[in-house]
Amino acid sequence: MSWSDNLTNNRVKPLLDVRALKTYFFTEDGVVKAVDGVDLCVRPGEILGLVGESGCGKSATALSIMRLIRKPGRIMQGEIIFGSQDLRSLSEAEMQDLRGNRISMIFQQPQSSLNPVLTVGDQLAEVFEIHTEIEKKEAWEKSVELLRMVGIPDPEQRIHAYPHEMSGGQAQRVMIAMALALETDLLIADEPTTALDVTIQAQILDLIRNLRSQMDTAVILITHDLGVVAETADRVAVMYAGQIIEQATVTRLFEKPLHPYTLGLIQSIPVLGETKERLEVIEGTVPDLIDLPQGCRFAPRCRVRVERNLSICDEREPDLKPVQPGHEVRCWLYQHS
Amino acid sequence: MTPNEKAMKDNQEVTGRRSHETMVSLTWRRFRRHPGAMAGAIVLILVALAISLAHLSPYDPEVSDIKNRYQPPSLEHPFGTDGLGRDLMTRVLYGGRVSMSVGLMVMTITLIIGIPVGALAGYYGGWIDNVLMRIIDATLALPSLMVLILLGAILREANLPFVKSNNVLTIAAVLGLLAWPTTARLVRAVFLTVREMEYVEAARALGASAMRIIRSEILPNSLGPIIVESTLEIGYAIMEESGLSFLGFGIMPPTPTWGNMLNSAQEHLVEYPWLAIFPGLMIFLVIISINYIGDGLRDALDPYKVLAKFEP
Repeated sequence: MSWSDNLTNNRVKPLLDVRALKTYFFTEDGVVKAVDGVDLCVRPGEILGLVGESGCGKSATALSIMRLIRKPGRIMQGEIIFGSQDLRSLSEAEMQDLRGNRISMIFQQPQSSLNPVLTVGDQLAEVFEIHTEIEKKEAWEKSVELLRMVGIPDPEQRIHAYPHEMSGGQAQRVMIAMALALETDLLIADEPTTALDVTIQAQILDLIRNLRSQMDTAVILITHDLGVVAETADRVAVMYAGQIIEQATVTRLFEKPLHPYTLGLIQSIPVLGETKERLEVIEGTVPDLIDLPQGCRFAPRCRVRVERNLSICDEREPDLKPVQPGHEVRCWLYQHS
Repeated sequence: MTPNEKAMKDNQEVTGRRSHETMVSLTWRRFRRHPGAMAGAIVLILVALAISLAHLSPYDPEVSDIKNRYQPPSLEHPFGTDGLGRDLMTRVLYGGRVSMSVGLMVMTITLIIGIPVGALAGYYGGWIDNVLMRIIDATLALPSLMVLILLGAILREANLPFVKSNNVLTIAAVLGLLAWPTTARLVRAVFLTVREMEYVEAARALGASAMRIIRSEILPNSLGPIIVESTLEIGYAIMEESGLSFLGFGIMPPTPTWGNMLNSAQEHLVEYPWLAIFPGLMIFLVIISINYIGDGLRDALDPYKVLAKFEP
């Protein structure tokens, strides 16, 4: 079954099923509820876009899935079902087996993600060294092929380069090569193109899409850029203040965004060629994750609540509920209390 | 020029780094640009060479020749002779062997103990860090001179066969045991910083274990301050050994060391100054060379001063 079949088949068992994930950070100023009840689902071969503003918990969610959260953070509750295992029940050694092997993660600053004192080849070979028993020579040969696969020209030469000899785009390709060196089922890409310029961004996104088709690798694409999501993702989950507030296929989300926050986000995107006096903004700022409002977290900034004079928004937190198959929202506008 | 080659050339101009240049050759190139460091290196090499050729001397450093005592420098005895008629130059060169070997031994001990301790404390933090740091603090709080004198005396009294025959090793061991905490503290501090670098996180995300991360990611990137500190450590060790021997608590005559030669020179300092000048000059040259080399290494390894705050 290829990835494209999976997208339309609703009965496919999810590759990753995150349920009620809560990750809190215990700081001196208080408990930061970075991830506060997140439900996510990724099907094999699917590209899920995880969108939200800075500080909404997207990276924390990704790190929680990889179990890379360290003090003062702790995963408080939830299940992270990958394949048939709950990742929370695995030992650190078992997680190390999975990381870089079946689940990989790439980060925002590609050049900082590479060890400055090792060549690209050394670092690629290290992935093989960690997870396989193959000989160094074979590892290097495979690494050259990997570099070719991710579109690095002249890979036999470039493999001896140091990270600082590469441009941002090339470094990110190397990271992708390292992440997908083995039979990776899930790639978590945390803002992979944010630090790159727009033309390179397009190339990297193309690369991710192509690799997905070639290798049937599912991707969680974390970004704050709706344009990236529109172009690349199959499904989108929108995060706000530690929770998923809307989830739908990409077409559906842009055609008919339901949550006022999603609507605000889409409306605030400046359109090329359009003349406007002022840009649309969502008033207010994100809530303090230590001191969250009682009801809906978006309520203080929600225009619709004001327009319709809704009091329940301040009183109780809505649940994430499906409005249509495949389209879920966390909003009182679509639920009855 | 292919686009690739052009990119590499542009990069070269920006970073000053020739393509595929290893860290070692790059460091060496930067080191060469320091006149002081190069001079220090040359002096040190010459001294080391002379010291290694000490055995070619026709004179025995420990055999007395009373009728020739207190001779001023001459053609036969370029540094003169000492109170027992022994050729001073030979003694100074043999003394150099002792000093240099003590210096190197102490450096080795501090690295062997200091790096693992500092690495564990810096990487794991938590209670491991607490325990190790308390040990380090306690050792550093000891008044070193007192301890050295005490330990030296105890070890000698204990009459261990090992001790009697290998005075130099004892002193080196004692000096090393007092010096490793400084190295450990430095390693720990550097580790605390390097540990937070993004490539460490990325390596973890690829499944690297703690050991592998320490070995491949953190340690190679921490070498700068560690190398500088170790180089200077050799200097400190030589000075401490000289100081101890000068006070009469270190390596005892007839084995020559620069320190104990200075001690015996005290008595007749005005009448026979060469007895103090030459050993003193050697100490001065070696220490200052080591310090200049340390300076050069400091700049060569960390030109952008990324880890500069940890430099000793």
